[in-house]
Amino acid sequence: MDLLVCLKRVPMVGGRIGLLPSERQIDTAMLGFTVSPHEECAVEEAVRIVESQGGQVTVLTLGPPEAAEQLRDAVAVGASRCLLLEAGGKEWGPMATARAIAAAAEQAGPFDLILFGNEAADTADFQVGVRVAHLLGRPVATGIKSLSVESGAVTARREYRGVEESFVLQLPAVVSVKEGINLPRYPSLPGRMRAKKAVIETLSPAYSEEGLSMERLVVPKVERRRAAVLGEGREAVGELVDLLEQLGILA
Amino acid sequence: MTVNNKRASCVVIGAGIVGNSLVHHLARLGMRDVVLLDKGPMPNPGGSTGHASNFIFPVDYSKMMTELTADSTRQYKELGVFTESGGVEVARTPARLEEFRRRVTTAKAWGIEAEIIEPGEVARLVPYLDPSVIRAGLYFPAVGVVDSLRAGTLMREAAQGSGALEVLANTEVLGIEVDRATRRVRALRTTAGEIETELVAICCGVWSPRLAEMAGAHIPLTPIVHQMISVGPIPLFSETAGEIAYPIVRDVDTNMYERQHGGDLEVGSYAHRPILVAPGEIPSNEEAALSPTELPFTQEDFDPQLAEALELMPELLGDENVGIRYAINGLISMTPDGHPVLGETPEVRGLWSVAASWIKEGPGIGRAVAEWMVSGRSEIDIHESDPARFYPFQQTRRHVRARASEGFNKMYGIVHPFEQWSLEREIRLAPMYAEEKELGAFCYQTAGWERPHWYESNAPLIERYGDAVMDRPAEWDARWWSPIINAEHLAMRESCGLVDLSAFVELDVTGPGALDALQSIAVAQLDVADGRVVYTPFLDQEGGFKADLTIMRLGRDHFRVVTGGAHGMADKKWILDHLPAGGSAQLCEATSALTTLGLWGPQARRVLEMVTDDDLSNEGFAFSTCREIEVAGLVALASRISYVGDLGWELYVPIEQGARLWRALYEAGAPLGLVPVGIGVYGTTGRLEKSYRAFGSELTPDYDITEAGMARPRVKSQPFIGKQAYLRQRESQPAALLCTLAVDEHATPAGERRYMLGGEPILTREGERITDSKNRPSYVTSAGAGPSVGRHLLMAYLPRQLAVEGERLLVGCMNETFPVTVVVAGSRPLFDPENERVRA
Repeated sequence: MDLLVCLKRVPMVGGRIGLLPSERQIDTAMLGFTVSPHEECAVEEAVRIVESQGGQVTVLTLGPPEAAEQLRDAVAVGASRCLLLEAGGKEWGPMATARAIAAAAEQAGPFDLILFGNEAADTADFQVGVRVAHLLGRPVATGIKSLSVESGAVTARREYRGVEESFVLQLPAVVSVKEGINLPRYPSLPGRMRAKKAVIETLSPAYSEEGLSMERLVVPKVERRRAAVLGEGREAVGELVDLLEQLGILA
Repeated sequence: MTVNNKRASCVVIGAGIVGNSLVHHLARLGMRDVVLLDKGPMPNPGGSTGHASNFIFPVDYSKMMTELTADSTRQYKELGVFTESGGVEVARTPARLEEFRRRVTTAKAWGIEAEIIEPGEVARLVPYLDPSVIRAGLYFPAVGVVDSLRAGTLMREAAQGSGALEVLANTEVLGIEVDRATRRVRALRTTAGEIETELVAICCGVWSPRLAEMAGAHIPLTPIVHQMISVGPIPLFSETAGEIAYPIVRDVDTNMYERQHGGDLEVGSYAHRPILVAPGEIPSNEEAALSPTELPFTQEDFDPQLAEALELMPELLGDENVGIRYAINGLISMTPDGHPVLGETPEVRGLWSVAASWIKEGPGIGRAVAEWMVSGRSEIDIHESDPARFYPFQQTRRHVRARASEGFNKMYGIVHPFEQWSLEREIRLAPMYAEEKELGAFCYQTAGWERPHWYESNAPLIERYGDAVMDRPAEWDARWWSPIINAEHLAMRESCGLVDLSAFVELDVTGPGALDALQSIAVAQLDVADGRVVYTPFLDQEGGFKADLTIMRLGRDHFRVVTGGAHGMADKKWILDHLPAGGSAQLCEATSALTTLGLWGPQARRVLEMVTDDDLSNEGFAFSTCREIEVAGLVALASRISYVGDLGWELYVPIEQGARLWRALYEAGAPLGLVPVGIGVYGTTGRLEKSYRAFGSELTPDYDITEAGMARPRVKSQPFIGKQAYLRQRESQPAALLCTLAVDEHATPAGERRYMLGGEPILTREGERITDSKNRPSYVTSAGAGPSVGRHLLMAYLPRQLAVEGERLLVGCMNETFPVTVVVAGSRPLFDPENERVRA
């Protein structure tokens, strides 16, 4: 089976996010980069399918030249072919991104199954996978937490509002998966050695300005949690009891 | 928590291993009202302690670091957080195997157990290591791992338990207030309010420079990345109990280490490019994805190391089921010279730097600094780490970054004891530098000065003196050295040598209070006639050496202190700290205003007479005096003293006239055989023949005047620091005496001739290590040729019963022993014992 997994390079942020003065970019001077946990699981899922059924896993990203790092990380855990779609310093909305990926998938494929993470870790548009499926005329399932491939079809399951839903999609298909579908492996040293040597194929997709575009970023205000000292020793007992009653812990 | 209007006797900033240890020892020494604060949470506030690999190899490259590491290990053991695992360094190259032979010998000097073992033996200790890729191992059975966070917590809680300490977590320092009049710390402003205090210790590791800046002081260090990965789960380790069951491996030729940590193997590297971070760029606890000092791993920097790690441990690391579970660019501190920065800052009184420590030194540093704060002196001599050692240019960001970059990859390197830096050279140049370069000067750098160590123009002298130049056949022994040094020496002894001494530090102390101020710190009598030159040590309270220098009395209220470049800044601080309040004495540094030339040798008087009309006869210009004379149309302050043991003068002129003085003397002297002479002679061969001691080598706080054989017949009546101790020392028998030894045989059993360079152990005839009754080991404090006596000379402190002329002993070198004989017990000169040449 030939599988394609789509990844997006995003900053690995801590608790507080800083912006550059332009307010259009996150300050990444001291940050590392990663992909979303959903995408890590998508790679792991693809690698497991290939390990049991044969074939190969291709990983694709649309981004800056540095995004090759995320492709290599995927090679370190079992992917074998890398496609880097050059973003050319432009801002790619979900529609443009889907168009670029669909074109690349046709050009570099055919791929039996294209996997996405459920949503990107930064923009969380929740739509690129669906759009790619639509452009390629393939069936698509999203939010998937369990996947099995058998005799030309993929069975995808998810839980939605307490109900388990199960879909059977004829291949070729598109599926977006959610964190928890599996527990991704760590890269081994031999894996890292393969990643180091991996060839990165680059493609220059046509850019189209359509759909939503970003104006500026805002860091939402987070209420600072405050601790109040009710008192010390015996004097605190009254107030503490009141509070516990208020919280419904004491009747 | 707020602490409005709080007072503390000491505020310690930073709750890493250093800060926790410092508060513990301050409390133990009786200090009360100590505050420890950190901007992060306890017990791991996010500094370098939190991500340390926590293993301790005994140190053998520096006496100070050896002692601090040994003391720290002892403390960790007392706290119950030390696990002995053993450790082995592995050699992949012949040069490394040579280095092991040196190391196993110096280890013996410090009493460290170490053994060179065959590859098969290494593989027996570390079964997952491929013995075919190594040549040998250097095994240290006492290596172990510690829990530094636990140790810090135990020490902090002990101080809290004694009621001496208050801890403020999540409290950031906003400002350090300094009193303008006294230059002393007054208060700290923090997010929890203001704390009045006159004592602040910065134990902030990589953040330390920022804290110092708040008070207008400098702590020259830079955060630098050390990469580490942790791989697992390793099936072999699942069978072992505890944190570590196999010895730690240092793959020194690839600049890496591998250690078991529970079910994982940690692989650390010092091989990658130096990755420097500015202290201001370090993310906050809130911004950091892991912790502020665990920066994102940069895979491409580590990638080249993977193959080498795999080669050494193929089965274990080649397992596809073993994953890299954790990988960081960990921040650590690096200073321009690799030593920590420990002591009061020269800029601000009461502001102490306790920075750039590793886990292996932390508790030892905490104890030493606490002792120094409380009693003015530490049991372990840490003067080499004094923040006052840095010149302003060495505090610049560029200098710190350059030296850290150059030093980083030498962490596991084979570093020659005289190895010179290649970056940031030509900082301070003597006025005759152009002339010196013309003569092929090979320069060492001292305190930023380019100092000619020898002159290639003197190469023809090698043939002239033949075997007397004592060439060294082994490349290591001759590295950063030239036989020209010995030839220059012989030419100076035969005729005359001209020495550039521009690196001297001149400190003019003036004013009506000058005499009393200097009397109070100098051992020698300074109430002498104008124009006298006095040689004197300064002592600490316990009578250990604090400085060793000369003082010229230029007038009733004018003294010129002359000291070496390397210790000049620390000496300056010591004098400044002891000037009277009220301004009756001032110190003005004249180093950059003056240049100094030394002219010595039997022809020195005749050479100088050719360019001066002044009376230079013994009657007209006695030894140990100084005065201004006219030289070649310049006014020079001439001082008739000698550190090389020959007739001659030091000549001080304004720096812009230095080149003219050099040319005048050089031209006048050439027909009489004058040669330019480098510091190789001035600092080593000339003085060793004369049994002259050097501060930092022979003269340290660990030894006293009587042990150095330098006690004078009388003690001055005036009080001075260390006098009581000095009087006591004079009354008792010294435990050791400084001796000069000559090497009797240089050939190894294999027929190779080797020369000692310093630091080697002195052993009994049976090859046993020697220590004195104070448990101080006998080791070579200085080594070098004595070309005029035809012997390779070593200085060493020996226990009294062995400090006997004619006593035959051994010196360890390259894992061999060589016979030596004590040729001088005490300070009698070996060459010209009656000092007839100096007083000629």
